[in-house]
Amino acid sequence: MEGPRSTLNLPATLDRLHEAMAFAEQQALALGVDPSRLMGLSLAVEEAFVNICTHAYTDNQGLVTLACHTGFHEARPSFVLEIADTGPEFNPLSMAEPETDLGIEDRAVGGLGIHFIRHFSDHAHWRREDGRNILSIVLDSGPVRSQPKES
Amino acid sequence: MEIQTQQTGKATVVAVSGKIDAMTAPALETSVASLINDGNLCMVLDFGGVDYISSAGLRVILASAKSLKSKAGTLLLANVSGPVNEVFDISGFGSVFTIYNSVDAAVAAAG
Repeated sequence: MEGPRSTLNLPATLDRLHEAMAFAEQQALALGVDPSRLMGLSLAVEEAFVNICTHAYTDNQGLVTLACHTGFHEARPSFVLEIADTGPEFNPLSMAEPETDLGIEDRAVGGLGIHFIRHFSDHAHWRREDGRNILSIVLDSGPVRSQPKES
Repeated sequence: MEIQTQQTGKATVVAVSGKIDAMTAPALETSVASLINDGNLCMVLDFGGVDYISSAGLRVILASAKSLKSKAGTLLLANVSGPVNEVFDISGFGSVFTIYNSVDAAVAAAG
């Protein structure tokens, strides 16, 4: 069952990044996420927000919508952050994992953002709905897990 | 984010503090690129004051390391701990770079 939603609309421009991160952090704290998870949440939000700013809109005129609510995931209370844009259909979670074991010469400069979203969320999924890309980042809002998941 | 630079022995020590994210990383990239262009080819990046780094910051580190390597220079990293260390670990950066526990240790390794 979903709790009430808090929503923030921002222009999809990099100079609004800190507002997006602050909103997500405040909502997460208010909705029961452990403070130790906030850095990971900020990383996931930054990567998703920057992705939209960079790729979703060719005319720099679009919006990013952040919506937070409580829910349940695998029978655990959770915090859900949805990050939506109205750009062309694109599922960031379909991107391949970066090769994180290569040396300096062989490492691509980039490709880590989606890796962070996957790593720092307890669950992430994407859907296309009413012309919008909606990326959901789900964090447990109960006590911190004793064993962090593997990257 | 703040950047302070000083010469210690043959190494140029760049002490970064604050958050390295998509908004602030370009300033770090510009500073480091400028130092490299001025011939500072032995560089220590001190992350002791950094409490957040995203992929934008990692990209700057990687690009700087590649740039230095192409000029027969070297990039050493110091004081990577806490949340920054976690990001390094999951990115595989911990195994790509040699990380020193202090600026002094990095400078000593630079010779």
